[in-house]
Amino acid sequence: MISENLHGKRIAVTGATGFVGTALVERLLFSVPDCEVVLLVRNGRRTAAAERVRREIFKNDAFDRLRASLGPAFDATMQRRVSVVAGDVGTDGLGLSDEDAKTFASCDTIIHSAASVSFDSPLDSAVEVNLLGPMRIAELVNRIGPRANGTFPHLVAVSTCYVAGNRRGTAPEQLVSAGPFDIGLNWKTEVTAARRLRGDAEAASRMPSELQKFRSEARSELGAAGAPALAEKTEQNRERWVKDQLVEAGRSRAASVGWPDAYAFTKALGEQALHETKGAVPVSIVRPSIIESALAEPSPGWIRGFRMAEPVIISYARGLLDQFPGVPEGTVDVIPVDIVVAAIIAVAALGPEDAPHITQVASGSTNPLKYRTLVDNVRDWFTEHPIYDSEGQPIVVADWKFPGRGKVEKQLTRAKSIITKSEKVLQALPLRGNQATWSAKLEDKRGDLERALEYVELYGLYTECEAIYSVDNLLAINDRLDAHDRSAFCLDPRVVDWPTYISTIHLPSIVLHSRVKTTPGKSTLDRSDRLRKQILDPKRHVAAFDLENTLISSNVVESYSWLATRRLNSPERVRYVLRTMKEAPNLLSMDRKDRSDFLRYFYRRYEDAPVEQIEEDSRELLAQLIMTKSFPAGLRRVREHRALGHRTILITGAMSFAVEGLRPLFDEIVAAEMTIRPDGTYSGELAKVPPTGETRAQVLAEYCAAEGLRLEESIAYADSSSDLPMLEAVGFPVAVNPETRLAAIARKRGWLVENWEKSPGGPRPRLPLGPMMSEREQKRFSVRNGRNSYRSLS
Amino acid sequence: MPRPGFVLEVDKSTPPILFWRGENFSLEKLPAGRSRVIYAPEPLPAIEDVDGAIRHALLNPIEQDPLPEQLFPGMKLTIAFDDVSLPLPKMQRPDIRQRVIEAVLDMAAEAGVDDVHIISALALHRRMTEAELRHAVGDRVYDAFAPRGTLYQHDAEDPENLSYLGTTPHGEDVEINKRAAESDLLVYVNINLVAMDGGWKSTATGLSSYKSLRHHHNPETMIHSRSFMDQHRSELHKSNWRMGKVLLDSGVKVFQIETTLNTDTFPSPFGFLAKREWEWKPSDRMTFLASTKALNRTPTRLARKIFHSIEAPHQMTSVQAGDVEAVHRITTEHVYKQQLVEVKGQTDILTLGIPYISPYNVHSILNPILVMCMGLGYYFNMYKGMPLVREGGVIIMTHPTQPDFHPVHHPSYIDFFEQVLADTTDPKVMSQKWEKQYAEDEWYKHLYRTTYAYHGVHPFYMWYWGSHALQHCSRIIIVGGDPKTVRRLGFVPASTMDDALEIASDVVGRAPTITHLHAPPLMVADVS
Repeated sequence: MISENLHGKRIAVTGATGFVGTALVERLLFSVPDCEVVLLVRNGRRTAAAERVRREIFKNDAFDRLRASLGPAFDATMQRRVSVVAGDVGTDGLGLSDEDAKTFASCDTIIHSAASVSFDSPLDSAVEVNLLGPMRIAELVNRIGPRANGTFPHLVAVSTCYVAGNRRGTAPEQLVSAGPFDIGLNWKTEVTAARRLRGDAEAASRMPSELQKFRSEARSELGAAGAPALAEKTEQNRERWVKDQLVEAGRSRAASVGWPDAYAFTKALGEQALHETKGAVPVSIVRPSIIESALAEPSPGWIRGFRMAEPVIISYARGLLDQFPGVPEGTVDVIPVDIVVAAIIAVAALGPEDAPHITQVASGSTNPLKYRTLVDNVRDWFTEHPIYDSEGQPIVVADWKFPGRGKVEKQLTRAKSIITKSEKVLQALPLRGNQATWSAKLEDKRGDLERALEYVELYGLYTECEAIYSVDNLLAINDRLDAHDRSAFCLDPRVVDWPTYISTIHLPSIVLHSRVKTTPGKSTLDRSDRLRKQILDPKRHVAAFDLENTLISSNVVESYSWLATRRLNSPERVRYVLRTMKEAPNLLSMDRKDRSDFLRYFYRRYEDAPVEQIEEDSRELLAQLIMTKSFPAGLRRVREHRALGHRTILITGAMSFAVEGLRPLFDEIVAAEMTIRPDGTYSGELAKVPPTGETRAQVLAEYCAAEGLRLEESIAYADSSSDLPMLEAVGFPVAVNPETRLAAIARKRGWLVENWEKSPGGPRPRLPLGPMMSEREQKRFSVRNGRNSYRSLS
Repeated sequence: MPRPGFVLEVDKSTPPILFWRGENFSLEKLPAGRSRVIYAPEPLPAIEDVDGAIRHALLNPIEQDPLPEQLFPGMKLTIAFDDVSLPLPKMQRPDIRQRVIEAVLDMAAEAGVDDVHIISALALHRRMTEAELRHAVGDRVYDAFAPRGTLYQHDAEDPENLSYLGTTPHGEDVEINKRAAESDLLVYVNINLVAMDGGWKSTATGLSSYKSLRHHHNPETMIHSRSFMDQHRSELHKSNWRMGKVLLDSGVKVFQIETTLNTDTFPSPFGFLAKREWEWKPSDRMTFLASTKALNRTPTRLARKIFHSIEAPHQMTSVQAGDVEAVHRITTEHVYKQQLVEVKGQTDILTLGIPYISPYNVHSILNPILVMCMGLGYYFNMYKGMPLVREGGVIIMTHPTQPDFHPVHHPSYIDFFEQVLADTTDPKVMSQKWEKQYAEDEWYKHLYRTTYAYHGVHPFYMWYWGSHALQHCSRIIIVGGDPKTVRRLGFVPASTMDDALEIASDVVGRAPTITHLHAPPLMVADVS
C-alpha cells in the first residue's frame, strides 16, 4: 500500500541532515522506488546547501546499502531523484527564493522534521525553530496557493510525545490544548517574550560591568596573549554568557509551565500554533518518544550524532557517572529510529484524508522498557565488554542504586566544587610542564563532572517521567498495512525485544560511535606519537620556535645579569644581586601584564653598554648560559626539522646579540634589536616593536608570505599563553613545557604537548652571573674599554 | 724501594676489595679460591731536579741535534701540547707541561726566536677553558701569549688552518694543523700517562682533523688493536706511525718531548684508594667509612665537584726529547716499568670498578657512553699479550650509570644516546649508518669551535674504543647502574655483585674464575 500510494510522488523533507531526517530520506529513496524528494537544507557557513547534502547526507553510512545496490549509478540516481533548495525554517518565508518556494510548496507531501532538538538550546532559537517553524511552512504553502490539481500538499509535522508535559498516567493522541491539563498559554505571547529576552540579554551583556567581567575572564584564561586574541576571547565569553542566559530562561520557563525542558515546551506550543494557523493545509502530526539507534533499517544499530541516552551511558561506562536518577519500575520510553521513520512514511502514504491527525510513536504503552531492565542490561554488558582507561586498564562499572535526582546532583556538585577549588590553587601556582598537565587533567575532570551534572539535570526528568503515551492511532495504521508494507515499513513497537536490542544492537553501536577504548593494553602508537609524526613530515614548511622555556630554561633577565656581572668584582656583584632581587616582584608583574612593555623597560639597562664588549662577552654566553640551560631534546627537534628540509625560525624577545650563537640552528632569527649610537654604545632603546604576543604571529605570517610558504603547513613551538596568537596561526601548534593556562588550552584543543628538560646532571648555577675574571683580565678590559660596567651599575 | 705490581689470590681471610662506583666506592667480597686481584706497582721514585732533567733532555736529545742548535732568529716555532685529557686526575701545580714549555721558551728567547705559537693539540676534544689552559701552561706563559693570540687551541674544523700533506701507502689522508705543518720546528710537549699516548699519535692525532682521524678511529682498526697499550700489536698505532712517516716526508720537523709520571694518583686523605686492603690502617678504614657515608648523602652534582677538584701528586719519572720514534721507545719502557704487572692466564669474569673520571670528562660528567668507553675501551685494553678475560667471558663493572650528560661538553653524546643507541649498539652498523651525519653536522661543528663541546663524531669514537671488548665478551653487566640506561647500552643491569655473578653463571658456569683490576692507579697486565 505504502509504495503504491507514494509512487511517483514528490516529497519535501526539512531537517534532512538530522538523525530522523537522514534515515527518512534514505528510506524513501531505498524503499519507495519512484518517489522524488526535495530537501530544504540551510546553507552552511562555508558550504552551500547542495554540498552539505552530498557531504552530510549521502556520505553518511546510512546510504551504504543504497550505494552498494546502485553501484556506479548512485550519483546519477541521486541527481535525478533528489533536488535541494536552500532555506531555513527559522526565518520567515523559510528564506526561499520565489522559484524554490514554488518547488517546495508544489510537492505532494511535506515532511517537517527540522527541529532544535538540543535539550539545552537557548529559548529564542527553540522558539524560532520549534514553535514557529511548522507554522511558517503552512504559511508559505497557503501563500503560494493550491497546486495545479487544486489541492494543498499534505504537511506531516514531526513533534514529540513529551509535548504532554510532566504528568503521570495516559497521554492520549490529541492536542495538548484539547486535553484536561491545558493551562491556556498563548503562543504569540511566548514568542514575543522570548524575542524580548534575547534583546535584554544582549543588552545586559554589553553593560560595562559585564564586559569587564568577560575581559578579566579572558585574561585569566589566556594571560598576556595580546590584544586581538584577548578581544576574540572576550567576545566569545560574552556570546556564551548570552546563550547561557537564554538556555536558563528556556529551562525555567518550561519548568514553570509544566514541561521538562524548552524543547518539549516549544514543540507543544508549535503544535498549537500550527493548528491555529494551518488554514487550508491538511496537517498530520507524528510524535515519537526518545528516538534511539535503528533496530534493522538501514542497518541494525545505525545512529547519527550523539544523542540523549548515549552520553549518559558512555559516562557510566567510563566510570564518570556512577549513578543516574530514576525509579527502577519506571518506564523509559525509547523507540528505534526505523520505527519512527516507517510511521512517518506510513502517515504520508495514507494521505490527508486517511491519516490520523496525531500519531504517537512510543513503546511505553504496548512494550514498555523498564528502567531496571535498561540499567541491568547496560551494567551486564559493560561488565562483559569493559571500556579501557588510558593506561589500558578495564574500567569497572558501578552497581546502580537508583538514587533520587537530588542526591545524585548533590554528590556531583560537591565533587565539582572540590575540583574547582583545587584547580584555582593550582592555577595560582607558577607551574610548568608535567605539573601543569595535572592541572589540565583536573580541568578535564571538572569538565566531565560538569557534563555529568548537566545530563542529570536535563535528562533526569525523562527517566522520572511516568506518563504513558497511547499509540492507538499507530496500531490502527499498522492494522491497515499489508504483508509487504509490514516487512518493508515495520512500525509496530511491539516487535522490539528490549534485552536483545540493548545488548546486541544499541550498546555495540554507541560504543563504536563514541570512540572509547575497547581493547586492553596501552595503544602502541599513542596520540602524541601520531602528532609528532605529522609534525616531522617532510611536507611541512616552517618550524617556528620560541626561545625561553621552549628551547632553554632561561630568560632575558638572566642573560642581562650574566653580561652585566661578567666584569664586576665581588662586592659589586653582591650589590647587583641585592638590587635585582628587590626589583624582581615589580618586573614579574610587569611581564605578566604586557611583555613588550616589560622588554622595553628592561632593555633600557643596556644603555651605554659598549657594543664591542657586549659582542665579545656574548660569545661566551652560548656555552655558559644557553647551552648550560638548554633542553637537549628541543635543540634536537630543531635539527630534525632542518634535516627534513623545513625552514626553522627563532622568534624571541631576547636581544639579538644574546642569541647570536644559535644562528647555525635557524634559517632566520627574529629578535629584539637595539639602536647603536655613533660612539659605539647601545642606546637602550629598541629599534622596533619586540617580537612578542601577536607580533610573533605577524612576523611568522610575513615570513611565510615572503617565502611563498604556508602557515597551515607550519609548526610553532611555544611555552606560554602569550604565544597563543602564533600557535593559533599555524597548522601544527606544539605547547612546550606549558604553563598552566596553555596546558589547559593545549589539552582542550588536542595540541601536541612536549615536556623538555635540561640535561640531568648538568651544572646548575644558582645565580646567572658571569664567571669572575681574574684581576689582571679586568684591568686589561677596563683599560681597553675605558669603563667596566653599564649605566645602571655605576 | 717501591713494591712491584702484585696478583692476590683471594682466600677466606682476604678482606673485601675496594670497587670504584663513579663518585663513590664500595667494598665487595670476592669468592675465595677462584678470585684474584691485580694491584698496580707502587709509585716509582720521582726525579728530584725536574727542571734540570728537562734541560738535560733538551740539550742532549736522542737522534737529533740539541734544541738550541735547531733554533734561529726569524724562524717559525710552534709548541704543541697535550690537552686537558692528560694527566688524570689533573696534576698539582706546576703542571709538567708548564715546566717543559717554559724551558723551551727560555731557549727560544736565548736564540732570538720571536715567532712562537703555542697550540693545544686537542684533536676533536673540547676546547680548554681559560682556567684549564692556565693550569696546564701556567699564568706566566698564558698572560704572555694568550692576549696576543699566539696561545690558542687547535681547530680541526677550520679549513683555513689545516694543511693536507698527502696519503700513506694505505691510502690514509694526512691533514694537520697548518701552523704546525709550516713551522721550521714543531716542538711537541707530551705527558705519557699510559703506553698508548705519545709517539706519532701526539702529532698525527692531536693536531689532525676528522678527515685524517677516521682512518684509524673506526671499528675495524679498534678491533685489531690488541691492545692499544702494546704499540706493536695495535693497528691504531701502526696507522699513526704511517702518518708520521708522511709528516717526515713532507718536511715537518718534530722535536718530541715526552714525559712519564709515576702512579702517585691520590692526595693524602684519599691515600687508601691506592692501598692494598689488608694493609689499611684504622685511619684508612675510618676515612673509607666516613667518605662513603658522606658521599651517599651528597648530591651527585656536589660529589662530582668534590672529586674533580682532586689534584694528583703525580711526579715525573722521566723526560726524553728528540726523534719521535726513538724517544717513544724509551718512554714506553718507562711506562711499562711503572705499570706492568705479570699475570698468569686469563679469567672467566673480569671485574672493574669504574671511577668518576676518564680522559673525556675532566670537570664534567662520566656519562653512560664514557662508562662504556672506560670499562670496555680502557680497562679491558690494559693488557699486553692477551686480554685478561677469556673470549666468551663476562665483564662486570660497578658504576651508577645514570643518564646524566654535560650539556655544554657533550651535546652530541646526548643525541647519540637518544638516537643512535636507541637504534643500534653495534659499532660497525653505527659507523656506516650514523657516523657521517654526526661528523659533518654544522651545529656540532659550531659548538666544537665556539664553545666547549666535544666534536659531533666523538661519541662514536668512544663507542668504537670498546669494539674489541664487545666482540670478545659474551656479556657485560653493570652493578648498581640505572637499569633503563644500562639496557640502552646493550648491557645487563644488576643491583649487587652477587646478582651479577648469578647473572653471569649461565655463561661462565657456577664456579668461574674472577679477576679484579684494582685501578686506579693504572696498570697494564702482562698476560701470559
